[in-house]
Amino acid sequence: MTVSSVGVIGAGNIGTGVATDLILHGIQAVVVDRSEDILCRAEKEILSNVRFAPMLSKALPRISADEARRRLTLTTELSDIAPCQFIVENVTEDWKVKKDLYAQLERVMPPEICFGANTSCLSITQIASATSRPANVVGVHFMNPVHLKQTVEVIRGFHTSDATMDVLMELFAQLKKEAIVVGDLPGFVSNRISHLFMNEAAFVLQDQLTTPENIDGIFKKCFGHKMGPLETADLIGLDTVVRSLDVLYESFQDPKYRCCPLLRKMVHAGHLGRKSGRGFYVYPEQNV
Amino acid sequence: MSTVQTAEIKQVLRAFILSSINMKNLDDDANLFESGIVNSLFAVQWMTFIEKTFGIEIGVEDLDIQNFQSVNAATAFVVKQNGDARSAKSSR
Repeated sequence: MTVSSVGVIGAGNIGTGVATDLILHGIQAVVVDRSEDILCRAEKEILSNVRFAPMLSKALPRISADEARRRLTLTTELSDIAPCQFIVENVTEDWKVKKDLYAQLERVMPPEICFGANTSCLSITQIASATSRPANVVGVHFMNPVHLKQTVEVIRGFHTSDATMDVLMELFAQLKKEAIVVGDLPGFVSNRISHLFMNEAAFVLQDQLTTPENIDGIFKKCFGHKMGPLETADLIGLDTVVRSLDVLYESFQDPKYRCCPLLRKMVHAGHLGRKSGRGFYVYPEQNV
Repeated sequence: MSTVQTAEIKQVLRAFILSSINMKNLDDDANLFESGIVNSLFAVQWMTFIEKTFGIEIGVEDLDIQNFQSVNAATAFVVKQNGDARSAKSSR
């Protein structure tokens, strides 16, 4: 089955990235979020991503703004995704928010439609329990920027069926993406490990061993990572990182996931990283 | 375009990069992308900044990474765009 239209719920960083990738590969994207303001910002970002994409990856096509607009629908009405053949859900990392949304999706979408849950840490099996079609739920952990990253961490929940995996693999074939399929426990492989790095980097800073620049410098210059853990935390948003650590701590009941007090304090102080203009680093207004 | 104006453009571009990467110094010829100084997420911000700050629109034919790969390359691009805009105005 060729996938010709995908519903994208949540127009944050990853949601806009997913929409960009769909548009670049000739697939209709129906993007849903709560407010016109968020959608307006998302449209700008998607069009800008589409415009600059072929410069950053020779594999991506040049598409005019008009063509991109034709492939994009922005809406605050969840029911507008009803004709879509696959759903990618990217809402806030909050169980109650996700649970309520999946209950609504259940009513809006035909029973055969599959849901790709894009979550940082919540278990896919838990998310699937909010629906009466757990076999149709699969975890899709896209990386940022989605249209430039060729590999996706795919999480197979307890009930995820082969048919659901087939639909997802067809979509990925169209998007020219590779899947690394892993089993389901909170945080999967990527975030279970990366959040330990980010949390421990915050502890190192709290213990005044050195500066953020040096902590990130060791990861970049010694380990060859593209970004250090504190830069990554600033990019993700410190509030999101804290929420994910809390989910990991609660899920595993393991003290290794206890959130660094400095991280929590920064969130309370409104220092959320790039999106607030200040986190472990300060970001000039135009860079936010 | 005078030497002073070119130097000012370069200064603005360099300051933007330095403030974004938390580095104190930067070689104006350093390839920002190949060296890993910036990542692809930054590339869009970089080009948007150039368009907004210098009031130019990067056309399809100019969407080439070589035009923006270093402070010097981006400076040359902005200078050329400003020169082209002036020539177009004076020829009307």
